[in-house]
Amino acid sequence: MSKLNVTRRGVIKTGAVAGAGLALPTYLSAASHSGYTNAPTGSTVTLGFNVPQTGPYADEGADELRAYELAVEHLNGGGDGGMLSTFSSKVLDGTGILGKKVEYVTGDTQTKSDAARASAKSMIEKDGAIMITGGSSSGVAIAVQGLCQEAGVIFMAGLTHSNDTTGKDKKANGFRHFFNGYMSGAALAPVLAKMYGNDRKAYHLTADYTWGWTQQESIAAATEALGWETVNNVLTPLAATDFSSYIAPVLNSGADVLVLNHYGGNMVNSLTNAVQFGLREKVVNGKDFEIVVPLYSRLMAKGAGANVKGIFGSTNWHWSLQDEGSKAFVKSFGTKYGFPPSQAAHTCYVQTLLYADAAQRAGSFNPCAIGEALEGYEFDGLGNGPTLYRAEDHQCFKDVLVVKGKDNPTSEFDLLEIVEVTPRAQVEYAPDHPMFAGGSLGSCNPGA
Amino acid sequence: MFGLDKKDSTLLLIVALLTMLAPFIFNPFPTDSGLAQFNAGYPDLMQRFVIFGIFAIGFNILFGLTGYLSFGHAAFLGVGSYSAVWMFKLLSMNIVPAILLSVVIAGLFALVIGFVSLRRTGIYFSILTLAFAQMSFALAYSVLTPLTNGETGLQLTLDDPRILGSSATADGSIPVTNLFGLEMRSAYDLVIGPWSFTFSAGYYVCAIVMLLSFYLAIRIFRSPFGMMLRAIKSNQQRLNYTGLNPKPYTLAAFVISGMYAGLAGGLMAAMDPLAGAERMQWTASGEVVLMTILGGAGTLIGPVLGAGAIKYMENIFSKINDNVLHGWFAFLPDGIEDAIVFIIHPFVGKGWHLTLGIIFMLVVTFLPGGLVEGGQRIARLFNRKKADDPKSASTEPAE
Repeated sequence: MSKLNVTRRGVIKTGAVAGAGLALPTYLSAASHSGYTNAPTGSTVTLGFNVPQTGPYADEGADELRAYELAVEHLNGGGDGGMLSTFSSKVLDGTGILGKKVEYVTGDTQTKSDAARASAKSMIEKDGAIMITGGSSSGVAIAVQGLCQEAGVIFMAGLTHSNDTTGKDKKANGFRHFFNGYMSGAALAPVLAKMYGNDRKAYHLTADYTWGWTQQESIAAATEALGWETVNNVLTPLAATDFSSYIAPVLNSGADVLVLNHYGGNMVNSLTNAVQFGLREKVVNGKDFEIVVPLYSRLMAKGAGANVKGIFGSTNWHWSLQDEGSKAFVKSFGTKYGFPPSQAAHTCYVQTLLYADAAQRAGSFNPCAIGEALEGYEFDGLGNGPTLYRAEDHQCFKDVLVVKGKDNPTSEFDLLEIVEVTPRAQVEYAPDHPMFAGGSLGSCNPGA
Repeated sequence: MFGLDKKDSTLLLIVALLTMLAPFIFNPFPTDSGLAQFNAGYPDLMQRFVIFGIFAIGFNILFGLTGYLSFGHAAFLGVGSYSAVWMFKLLSMNIVPAILLSVVIAGLFALVIGFVSLRRTGIYFSILTLAFAQMSFALAYSVLTPLTNGETGLQLTLDDPRILGSSATADGSIPVTNLFGLEMRSAYDLVIGPWSFTFSAGYYVCAIVMLLSFYLAIRIFRSPFGMMLRAIKSNQQRLNYTGLNPKPYTLAAFVISGMYAGLAGGLMAAMDPLAGAERMQWTASGEVVLMTILGGAGTLIGPVLGAGAIKYMENIFSKINDNVLHGWFAFLPDGIEDAIVFIIHPFVGKGWHLTLGIIFMLVVTFLPGGLVEGGQRIARLFNRKKADDPKSASTEPAE
């Protein structure tokens, strides 16, 4: 046991030091109370781009980052301005947002909820990011959306296709431009029924997380409504890289359609496995065996190579669209990087522009003001035709593309052809639709 | 002081000072300077430092003292997090019941896994714990989805019951975690000239818990029980021959260290109410082994240093992207600038694992006792007299 000697001098000394220490904060306190988290004070405003740089969705993440960099360049008046010139709102003039130059920080989500939240937190707490955007997985998007709600910053979701993002996990501070599983089902099912008939038996392989679950539910519901039968649904781990053991049972199940509710690297691997097993040459129940990939992207088509030929799916946007907005975006993206953008890049670019535009219109970076500016906002010229940001669930409503793997691609980028542009009315649903019920937006949180 | 000898009191005092002054220590650079990139004094990272410090201290009680290398410790951390989040969902947002439950559940879990795994020693023990941890991960990831929400992670929602609290605040948002009303999220910014220091309530709660667990670890290290554990490490056979049954001791050490992990998991959930399955993955278990060895296994302060070093790398180095690099070297001519950025690029940003691997390799090769040994060697350079003390509190390396 050590002895603690207390002397008069010691007590006075310690007391004085402690007192000074305690008094210091009140003396120096200069905390600015502008009413919301990370209010930009200088001549710049910082956005946080949180994308997967490693893991199964790394390709999408890299493309998202390119789009963000392009968007920042355009907002600051660089480049050719991209979609700023075709956007129906004209308040953005290339001088940043509200006269502040746009800067950005990046983070790696690793496609893991924990890592994504840590990197978003560090962007908010350390770098003073006023808005977080990105993500290429719905699990991550939902986790980060929850964090942004708590921290009091706006979350502009990147590529997230789960119904839950604007369904049971919707948050007042979160906004999604991308379409969702329900819309894919509603757009894709009629085309599938037309091509393959109304009496098909479907076997689903589904990525085992929120996106897979809700997409499978949506596709199954939409196809069953047209007479299809769902034979089986098998959940596969997101981290899986070999799907042979999941493909083999399909052959003996009596199913004649395989629906791959996979995305990114998962889809590339599962489709390749399925083709290697000769599924596409099989004839079951007197019909040709078919494979469907409900959520398609060009990056995936590129990864899967010739295997995607003739396979149907849906997509949010494709670079071959011929409207002015799409053409302007493809042109400036192509000039900068030498190849056309993916749908992930498109949605991220658009989200950044929409955020900047909302801040400009609201005249403030306050998340509540921005939320108000985005809710119920109708816009056009961003590549998807007339679009509505619905106030009830912060989901964008726009046309959905049904695409098919091209049989005779003319270049390494020309892999998908648009089969049908499904009009917005056909994919709309009520905010309290059973697949989306159970959550509530809550109220907007401006933070500090 | 507190029943510790002078050396340990000094150590405890140093750790206390370090943790209490952390907001200053980790923010040495002015906010607007280019070096601000290396500041680590923001609440989230400081919380991680001390939480993983607790995790590593607990792991060290098992590995450093008994020599049993558990490769599945992340399972206890994950179980702790899930228990805490469920407490927030069902009971209240106060962190005390949540942390208590996470410690208890992790302890029970450790008792079961330990009882089975400790039937074997050496590599077989490591593999058994690894297998259990991977099983827990698989359960959390898919099988027990209703309980854990699978890949998405368990989160709070507005319609959770929270019987002792409120489901939602008056303005319709999810209430935040608190300690009898003190919100974990609340923070105070102190601005002195160009510097800005953040004092976060959550961090100080974690830091105090860490000090308590550090103190407890010192007492365990110095107790007859700790001596027994060391005896198991140095020669278990001899211990058997003297008629002592080592199993109750190893099991106790295993459970204690599992409870430490549960405490860390509970605190993690208290700071950020989300529990994801990847917290239980084997990489997370491997990380705590790295932390302990990097810092110095078997030493008191080593694991805390190791945890800090790894979390610093993960959060600071991983954020240096090409843009930042170009900013640093902008003063150089274009060609040279690009060349330098090209050389550094693989080691920062997403390549931070590479840097960590190199550092780990160097430490293990040249400083087998970890960072603690490095510190001691430097101290010896400047102070011959003290270093000659053969009974120095924290000099014994792992093996």
